[in-house]
Amino acid sequence: MIEQNLSLLLVVVPLLAAPIAAMLPNGRLPWLLALAVSWLCFILAAWQLMVVIDGDVIQYSLGGWAPPWGIEYRIDALNAIVALLVAAIAAVTLPYALLSIEQEINKEQLSLFYSVFLLCFVGLLGITQTGDIFNLFVFLEISSLSAYALIAMGRDRRALTAAFQYMIMGTIGATFFLIGVGLTYVETGTLNMLDLNQRLQPILEHRTVHTGFAFMVVGIALKLALFPLHLWLPNVYTYAPTAISVFLAATATKVAVYVMLRVVFGVFSNDFVSITPADDLFLLLGVIGVILASAAAISQHDVKRMLAYSSVAQISYMVLGMGFASVYGLTASIVHIFNHALMKGALFMAVGIIVYRIGSSRFKDMAGLGRQMPWTFAAIFIAGLSLIGVPGTAGFISKWYLMLAAIEQQAWPVALAILIGSLLAVIYMWKLIETLFFEKAEQHEIGQGVQQRSEAPLSLLLPLWLLVLANIYFGIETQVLLKATATAVDLLGVADYHE
Amino acid sequence: MKHNLILRLIAKYLFPIIALFAFYVQFHGDYGPGGGFQAGVILSVGFIFYAMVFGLKTVEQAVPMSLLRVLASMGVLIYGGTGVASMLMGGNFLDYDLLSQDPVSGQHLGILLVEAGVGITVSSVTLMIFYAFAGRDMPADGEGQ
Amino acid sequence: MIDVIIGHYNYWIVIVLMMAGFYTVISRGNLIKKIVGLNIFQTSVFLLYISIGYVSDGTAPIIAEGFTRYSNPLPHVLILTAIVVGVATTALGLALVIRIKEAYGTIEEDDIHNQDESL
Repeated sequence: MIEQNLSLLLVVVPLLAAPIAAMLPNGRLPWLLALAVSWLCFILAAWQLMVVIDGDVIQYSLGGWAPPWGIEYRIDALNAIVALLVAAIAAVTLPYALLSIEQEINKEQLSLFYSVFLLCFVGLLGITQTGDIFNLFVFLEISSLSAYALIAMGRDRRALTAAFQYMIMGTIGATFFLIGVGLTYVETGTLNMLDLNQRLQPILEHRTVHTGFAFMVVGIALKLALFPLHLWLPNVYTYAPTAISVFLAATATKVAVYVMLRVVFGVFSNDFVSITPADDLFLLLGVIGVILASAAAISQHDVKRMLAYSSVAQISYMVLGMGFASVYGLTASIVHIFNHALMKGALFMAVGIIVYRIGSSRFKDMAGLGRQMPWTFAAIFIAGLSLIGVPGTAGFISKWYLMLAAIEQQAWPVALAILIGSLLAVIYMWKLIETLFFEKAEQHEIGQGVQQRSEAPLSLLLPLWLLVLANIYFGIETQVLLKATATAVDLLGVADYHE
Repeated sequence: MKHNLILRLIAKYLFPIIALFAFYVQFHGDYGPGGGFQAGVILSVGFIFYAMVFGLKTVEQAVPMSLLRVLASMGVLIYGGTGVASMLMGGNFLDYDLLSQDPVSGQHLGILLVEAGVGITVSSVTLMIFYAFAGRDMPADGEGQ
Repeated sequence: MIDVIIGHYNYWIVIVLMMAGFYTVISRGNLIKKIVGLNIFQTSVFLLYISIGYVSDGTAPIIAEGFTRYSNPLPHVLILTAIVVGVATTALGLALVIRIKEAYGTIEEDDIHNQDESL
């Protein structure tokens, strides 16, 4: 029975666990339930990836109604990679969250917190599993609404305004997406993504189809934090509770990139993209995003805000890969979805450990801390190397494919922009490493009272090092990821680039 | 508002009528416009109207916040449980055909159960929202009542 | 020309509401007005969906004696779901506004920005 309902169990298990967590008493029990659920989902997602890695597709009809009249869950290699990523990040964040959340959130809110966390998890997994475009909108809104609530629980009062700004922009984005879905429904009469692809083929020149496409792309771009629609991201990542920063930085925008890939290449095919200005727009916005966001990251005073701008730059890399619309480009995007989640997850976890110990994430407060917290510092160093794209780490693989895609199409300005982005990343990561290791340690009061400038407890360090080692592992042993990506790109219908 | 005789009388008479209408809408979702969400909202509106006339404390004594939290969770679990029950019977998630002896009565039973779950959750959640907003002590920045 | 306006009057209404709602969200500084604008914007999208579901000479999509033509029931179901999403968003937005008022003492965007550089 598990084999038959595999793709559905990934969504139903956390969905049933969320109300149970809301009914549990405050304490460690809700955390334990969330932890068990996330590990179970990780095992299910890994199983699912093994089933589809060779090109098979899992099709599951809800309620026994056959598609396209019923909602179906359709899993191919692309979904399975992203679902595994979401489950893995949750499985690693929850052990980290035990101590971190207890320090940042009132005890009376703990059971509701983990319940809403599980709802966000359901939403993100549902987005990856579904094959029906309206169902995708519903899960998108479930994950977004729970994310707004989770962000607003941060300690600083600016978390409230950050959540409000994200809510306004995110809802506008989701409504634009809904308008796009409505316009394509008017033209084709179906909501199933595979069926939409087939029915759109003969009518690709209609103006309604183009308008629907435009609305959908802008809507997803708001969720993706594509430049210039990224204004909500720095505030959200800076003021949210630490474990939520880790979780959202590593999953929410990546799932939005997956939605963009699925809509642009899976529903509207590659031929359509070449007759619209979409690919040139992606290239242009990607290049501007990489350079401007990396430059903005250099001048920040707060480490979390610096990492947030760095995230905007990395997402622009993924969009660049989509703009190339070739095998190398899409491979780069999908591989970077996976690798960036690992890198940013590790970096945010390390910064969270610093916040746990000294209560602040400003550069001037953490001077010289690296010498007193050696393990954390080593983790930041390795994750920083991965961010820059040093060979031997996961970040190198994605930058390599991106450069291959640029060189293949002889887009020299874009290749130059990619290199400049990496150089700027060196500058801001060096700024962090220099502050941590080479500056003199000061013992001034930060205003939170007790600070302890010593190494962090093991339950915070272990998940961090798990992610750091994953960075190195996936930089050296790339077989599984590249095989899955090749299958995914093939199924998306993108062929090799021809002149 | 407690001192206004007309409002007091109307609230007392209207509340059971509103509740009855809510149940009518809930169970007629099968045959006409209606269903869980609409019925849940109408039921909670009955409670909210009563609370606006007689005060939040009166309604909180009848329907405490802890009961609402349990009810909201139970509604979601009823919905999910129906789906899981059909999975245990061998079909797909929410495959109502297998819930009873023949497909037609299975569909009836399935829709009834999920709509009941939705109605319970929606009414408790909207009432919880009202409690959360009305129960806060906010400093008045205009004339009082 | 007249046919374009009169024949497609539902689309014109949708466009007017959509632009009114969107303009309110981006131009008004009061947080409650932003939420109101968001609601109007979402309502226009609901009208778009429902108005395209109408089949000429069709009746309501409930099986009844003597009727053979029914309107399309699918947009109705989609909009029910979307309305619930809209209600949840409004409730969340209002809860955030109450907390912001308690934390900052004001709900005007400019005043909040002056206090904290945050909006």
